[in-house]
Amino acid sequence: MRTKVVFRRLLRNKQARYGSIALVLLVGLAYIGPYFGPYDWTEKDFLAFLSGPGPDHWWGTTSIGADMYAVTLRGMQKSIIIGLLVALISTGLAAIVGAFAGYFGGWIDKVLMWGVDLLLVLPSFLIIAIVSPRLREGASWLWFVALLAAFSWMVTSRVVRSMTLSLREREYVLAAVYMGIPRWKIIFRHIVPNLSSLLIIDATLNVSGAIIGEAALSFFGFGVQPPDVSLGTLIAEGSRNATGYPWLFAFPAGLLVALVLSVNLIGDGLRDALDPGSNS
Amino acid sequence: MGKYLLRRLAINVILVAIAASLAYILAASTMSPRGAYEGRQPPVAESVVDATLDAYNLNDKTPVLQRYATWVQGVVVGDFGRTWNGGSVNDEMGRRILVSARLLLIGTLLGFAVGVALGAFSAVKQYKLSDRLIGVTSFVIMAIPVFVLATLLAIGTYNLNRGLGFTLIEYTGEYNPRLSGWDQFLNRLNHLILPTISLSLGSIAFYSRIQRNMMLDVLDQDFVRTAMAKGLPRRKALIKHALRTALIPSATYFAFAFGTMFTGATFTEKIFAWHGMGAWLVDSINANDVNSVAAVTFFAAVCVLAASFLSDLLVAALDPRVRVS
Repeated sequence: MRTKVVFRRLLRNKQARYGSIALVLLVGLAYIGPYFGPYDWTEKDFLAFLSGPGPDHWWGTTSIGADMYAVTLRGMQKSIIIGLLVALISTGLAAIVGAFAGYFGGWIDKVLMWGVDLLLVLPSFLIIAIVSPRLREGASWLWFVALLAAFSWMVTSRVVRSMTLSLREREYVLAAVYMGIPRWKIIFRHIVPNLSSLLIIDATLNVSGAIIGEAALSFFGFGVQPPDVSLGTLIAEGSRNATGYPWLFAFPAGLLVALVLSVNLIGDGLRDALDPGSNS
Repeated sequence: MGKYLLRRLAINVILVAIAASLAYILAASTMSPRGAYEGRQPPVAESVVDATLDAYNLNDKTPVLQRYATWVQGVVVGDFGRTWNGGSVNDEMGRRILVSARLLLIGTLLGFAVGVALGAFSAVKQYKLSDRLIGVTSFVIMAIPVFVLATLLAIGTYNLNRGLGFTLIEYTGEYNPRLSGWDQFLNRLNHLILPTISLSLGSIAFYSRIQRNMMLDVLDQDFVRTAMAKGLPRRKALIKHALRTALIPSATYFAFAFGTMFTGATFTEKIFAWHGMGAWLVDSINANDVNSVAAVTFFAAVCVLAASFLSDLLVAALDPRVRVS
């Protein structure tokens, strides 16, 4: 019932509507677009170095003759996957840690919150910057995802914890306790679902946060490692000679901004639909 | 109160110590500037390299914990050791903090002041055209990462300068060392324009959104109505009573931003070629400069904790409810 109400509100919300349409188009471009392009992202055209956009190379070519259209879409795929995975992992972690800390209290709470404080103080940029370039083997970007997620869940888990503190005293939770249901089951069946609106909004905004975070680290060469590409590595490369060869910068940067903007629009719309009282 | 503050201070000192130690050990166990010496032409004898690295406490043949102990002994008395090529980390840090301060002070203040003003204005004009315009613009700006924004600004200026045929706005570096006196001051200001815009646009957008929401919450509360009922002009009631209360959340963010500003401008510093603290972190990681990395991290941790402390104090100063209780 509630799902229906929320869904109807979401459809009526202009921001969410435009955001979703834009996101579907962008994801479609990233995953279906490469099949229509004349070149593969690994192909090098040795007859066209740094040529501008034209009928053969739609978005121009790079300094090593790679087709910008194919490479950019490939990078966008990676950025989208990284954003989604980081958001899922970090919101999930925040929910579990926050709910356990809030529900059990006592020493579990203390230990978990100490961990949260410590992770907040740790220099995340430094750690990711040192570790990720050293992971050059096959699935290094998965490690990168894990690192990004590990440093982005703490603030949400604090919020989850304080909300759990009040949920813990609700009648239905107490009833479940007296029925003899194990505590961890109560957390997953009664506490976490009741935080769903917070978690959904958080996960959505984490997607755009992670996409920017990935791009930011890749900009300095600390993120996705070559030969893999992402929007961040492409922007970094493009910005170095953006004045002479603007297409190297314009396409990845434009797509990054469009991607982040559409996800943020959806997040804002979701917040309005799930949590009509708030206006933040 | 004094006891509470002392306790907080103690916890903060422990947290800084943990963060800096972890950074040092991580940096020391994964990076070594040895390569920078070994690659030299003509080649340097290994014993010479070892001796040099030993002198700087950077030799990767010494166990990490032993190097860590030496480093701690220095830090306790305020000496952060040597950079990879023998310079003093302390000197470098002092120089770079000043560079960052010159770059960021104006941008941070400007971002806060303009953002709050725009937010308050758009709350008062809720749903009018100007409110919507500010809202949409800040939403779009917040979706543009600072490295894209800064690059766009640099491209724009480059084309503008080329179109004009002379350099109207500088887009790289801090100042022109060949000028002196008044000319140099103006030149410095000119170099500040672009980085300041790129720094403050994002925070203007951010603050204006927060401030608008907070202002809306406050606008129709009783104490604002009472102030107007007592005969205070609307403008005065809004500024003195509504804005002041509504400032609290933005002010906490501002205190935080002010504390973290020294290390927060990595992209702006790198793109516009200012050699401040933010750029140092990236440069020192790329140069395998262990002691510098540890020093930047130490400094950043101190900044974060000082900032959170500052924001608490600011809330107490602004919020009458906190002061009374």
